[in-house]
Amino acid sequence: MLRLPSFTYLQPGTLQEALAMKADAGPQGMYVAGGTDLYPNMKRRHQEPRIVISLMGIPELRRLEGWTVGTCITLTELSNLPTFQRSYSVVAHAADLVSTPLLRNMGTLGGNLCLDTRCNYYDQTYEWRKAIDFCMKKDGHICWVAPSSPRCWAVSSSDVAPVMVAIGAEYRLVGPSPAAERVVPAARFYHNDGINYLTKQPDEILAAVRLPPPDGWDAVYHKLRRRGSFDFPVLGVAAWVKWEQGAGSREQRRVTEARIVLGGVASWPQEMPEAGAALAGTALEDAAIAAAAEAAYRPAKPLDNTDFDLSWRKQMTRVYVTRALEELRRRR
Amino acid sequence: MVGKAHRKTDATAKVTGATRFADDLFLPRMLYAKLLRSPHPHARIVRIDPSRALALAGVKAVLTGKDLPIPFGILPVSQDEHALALDKARFVGDPVAGVAAVSEEIATAALDLIVVEYEPLRPVRDALDAVAHPDPRIHAYGDGGNLHKLINLEFGDVEEAFTAADLVREDLLFFDGNTHLPMEQHAAAADWSADGKLTLWSSTQTPHYVHRALAQVLELAPARIRVIATPNGGAFGGKSDPFSHELVVAKLAMVTGRPVKITLTREEVFYCHRGRHPTLMWVKTGVKRDGSITGMHFKSLLDGGGYGSYGVASTYYTGALQTVTYPVPRYKFQGARAFTSKPPCGPKRGHGTPQPRFALEVHLDKIAEQLGIDPAELRLKHLVPPNSLTANWLRIGTMGLGACIEKVVTGSGWKEKFRKLPDGKGIGLACSSYITGAGLPIYWNPMPHSGVQLKCDRGGGVTVFCGSTEIGQGSDSILAVIVAEVLGLDPFDIAIVTGDTDLTPVDLGSYSSRVTLMTGHAAIQAAERARDVIARHAAQKLGIPPERAAFADARVFDVERPERGLTFGEAVQLAEAVRGAGVGPSPAYSYSACVAEVDVDAATGIVRVPKIWIAHDVGRCINAATVMGQIEGSVYMGLGEALMEEMAYRGNRNVVHKIPSLLEYKSPTTLEMCDVVTYVVEDPDPNGPFGAKECGQGPLLPVPPAVANAVYDAVGVRIDEVPITPEKVFKALRRKAKGEEPRYGPDRFPDILWPEPIRVPPPWEGGDGTATDGGGRARTGKVVAVARETVRGS
Repeated sequence: MLRLPSFTYLQPGTLQEALAMKADAGPQGMYVAGGTDLYPNMKRRHQEPRIVISLMGIPELRRLEGWTVGTCITLTELSNLPTFQRSYSVVAHAADLVSTPLLRNMGTLGGNLCLDTRCNYYDQTYEWRKAIDFCMKKDGHICWVAPSSPRCWAVSSSDVAPVMVAIGAEYRLVGPSPAAERVVPAARFYHNDGINYLTKQPDEILAAVRLPPPDGWDAVYHKLRRRGSFDFPVLGVAAWVKWEQGAGSREQRRVTEARIVLGGVASWPQEMPEAGAALAGTALEDAAIAAAAEAAYRPAKPLDNTDFDLSWRKQMTRVYVTRALEELRRRR
Repeated sequence: MVGKAHRKTDATAKVTGATRFADDLFLPRMLYAKLLRSPHPHARIVRIDPSRALALAGVKAVLTGKDLPIPFGILPVSQDEHALALDKARFVGDPVAGVAAVSEEIATAALDLIVVEYEPLRPVRDALDAVAHPDPRIHAYGDGGNLHKLINLEFGDVEEAFTAADLVREDLLFFDGNTHLPMEQHAAAADWSADGKLTLWSSTQTPHYVHRALAQVLELAPARIRVIATPNGGAFGGKSDPFSHELVVAKLAMVTGRPVKITLTREEVFYCHRGRHPTLMWVKTGVKRDGSITGMHFKSLLDGGGYGSYGVASTYYTGALQTVTYPVPRYKFQGARAFTSKPPCGPKRGHGTPQPRFALEVHLDKIAEQLGIDPAELRLKHLVPPNSLTANWLRIGTMGLGACIEKVVTGSGWKEKFRKLPDGKGIGLACSSYITGAGLPIYWNPMPHSGVQLKCDRGGGVTVFCGSTEIGQGSDSILAVIVAEVLGLDPFDIAIVTGDTDLTPVDLGSYSSRVTLMTGHAAIQAAERARDVIARHAAQKLGIPPERAAFADARVFDVERPERGLTFGEAVQLAEAVRGAGVGPSPAYSYSACVAEVDVDAATGIVRVPKIWIAHDVGRCINAATVMGQIEGSVYMGLGEALMEEMAYRGNRNVVHKIPSLLEYKSPTTLEMCDVVTYVVEDPDPNGPFGAKECGQGPLLPVPPAVANAVYDAVGVRIDEVPITPEKVFKALRRKAKGEEPRYGPDRFPDILWPEPIRVPPPWEGGDGTATDGGGRARTGKVVAVARETVRGS
């Protein structure tokens, strides 16, 4: 069978301890939370840490304070939190759509936000990758998805990340002193590059996520995948709108601001600014939705490295953006 | 006993985890083996240097092709495999070297140290590529170029039949390849004793054939080899061949003098494959206005992968059973199997018949529409009569298809729904038939296909010894239920010993839906002989004639005075042990009808199947619970093939398997599984044990065409290709919107230079099952065998 290589497993009890262990281990060390992403990757020799530092025993990372969520909260916990099901239903829903119940019991919020980019030239065993002479994301020099490309096109496959970018969440990162701590908007946490897909430094820990206060915004997440369980998104649509407050009946309310963020189509959660702009000032009439869907569809550029045919996936952008916005309209 | 729902005899052990699978074996001083596999789809092996691997601490042996040079293969006509590639690698994943080391980690590390120099050759991507490129050849044998097998059979003049028809229709269809996906990966462990005796434990469906292959390749006397089939965690046909890893661990054990185990990774299971052949099909049928068929011409082109495996049998199967559901008075079949640079295809549940059944049932749906006849009516009006011969000389026994169709038509509310559901919702119907046990063994021999021995214990227990293999289908339970029925015992009083070539008499294996029929007959015979002996002795003791001795509730008693009797154990003490015997073949055909309801999302092309109604003519249930389980399991597997399962390769990237993992090879989860309404139709067949026919494979067949026909009913597009993916439905819907042909499917069947047909007149045209020389070209003599060969193999 496919075996995990041997490694040293460390269990710090505090953030400081974890940071010190990482400093000692250097490039040989990696943090792990639920392990549902890292361990399969280690079996396939994608990541080869000699020292794995678990964050699960650090109480601070398992805490929930107001609108700030510790990143080692499991996806199951996140989707079951009563406050989340009410005010942050989009976060709970996206967390609930990740993989399977068993993996959600282990997998964490932080793990999903830092999920390694995926590609079906990359998510293969060492022997398989050897048969195509490897790829630039690991052990090779070429991107098989786009052989003339200088960059890697592995796909951001997180369900929760597009939601965080869409609703404008902020991430709190803790690093070794003296820099110690910084807060970045979710959108700035990601790079559109399959290899360097995070702006996080290897020794930094993504400690918490600050959600925006529920003040008149609403958001939904729609996920396209082959099956109702297990599968990563081949397209995720996070749609966020800020409704005009006060004036008029609910049905007449207009959108003051909107963001459409797509998952599964680029190496980062891809915001579609023109689609958002097409919605501002509208009441999500059919024509406005169609214009936004078209604006999201045109630049979407899925490549041949996930499940399903790429041209169909591009076509689905229009359908899924439309359906997400229709749901927001219904919820108004 | 027979016909009731019984708990499987192995259920508790499976559920509690007590069952010991091959990978659960740990032997003292055991080594671990790994296989180095080819990274090239087609390449000559120029040089292999294992010296660096051998130098690695912990490595005990490295084998290469020259250590096991004798070829093997499941069929006598396709002895084209080597335990390790000898001179050539034929697909990415073809085993090239084997390592034994003290740990799996060290064995894995050693693989990277083996230097193999390859000279790449042009790979063959698929069957069309094989037809177009006869060179370079993948194998030096076969029917020319990269075509492994060509078949041309003619049962009457079909061209003449077409001229007599009111409507002649042609269709082209494609069924993509898919794999078995058993939960348990293949595993094997070998031990070589100081006395020169080899024991191999393996998750195999066919210990007898593995035994033969080991003897042949290792050049050992069969008496020195013991093969123990461990319980299989699913097999579905994927564990029916002798495999490289079994031969390699055996040889490694002999070389090192230590036990050696190998457990394949999931990726390697994809390389073992032997799954469904991707099959391109062309069918032309002539029908009268009332729907009766005048003649049919069927062509199939199978993508065989890198080796023969069961492929010759698979190819025959794609043409064999077209005639056993609706009368086809004249029939012509041309089948071709190509070698390609991919893992070999072979027998998967339904072996070679789901593909033509898909083609035929979709084709008939189109014919029914053209004739303006309800497709259920069309089929009901034209059923093959029971106890008849088909144009290709297959003998039909009982035939419950009519009852099956009526069940699903009534149950599904077909008449209220067909062509009447709202847009996006649809309903489709399809039927099928399948063999119950192959008529001929895989190698020619006059011996029984199955043997059963009974040991009746003085304590009242009975042990059944049989070479059959439990692969989860419940074959051990069947033996228990049958023997319990005859001897008046509880199935849990019976111990079952199966799949051990030292202990059990030969059974050919768990394939071809043969186990219940073959072992069932053998078990009945053995149990009846035991009963006769025990009855004789008990009767003597009771002072009654033997015919008055009855067996029930673990007692033997006077049927006229039931209170007078002995316990079963006491009766056995009088009689002591007896031996039973085997039995010859007696095939029968099972029948299925299926109605599928679908929801098609026209904006995306996504098809969901909320419900399936299926009726299966099983002859007679022996264990009602496992019959239902087999039917539902077949529906599940058929649904996966219909909607998503696909062996995808990257033809432009070294022909690598695109998705060799449980995550990316898409198989339905419980969320995709539909509701199933199952009707068991019982019409006991005199050829089956207690009248039973198969139920483990046949019910899969009608599922893909029923779904395809339902998609057409829902949104008016024909998807002439399996799997019916959202992309294909979406494309067909776009074509429909543009006013083009509302269809997705293949557009051509390549020109193939067929051999001269073997012409056999159908029974009603004065034939006797032998070939005429029609034009002085055909062979004579062995044609019954040729016709029968269509039901050979798995």
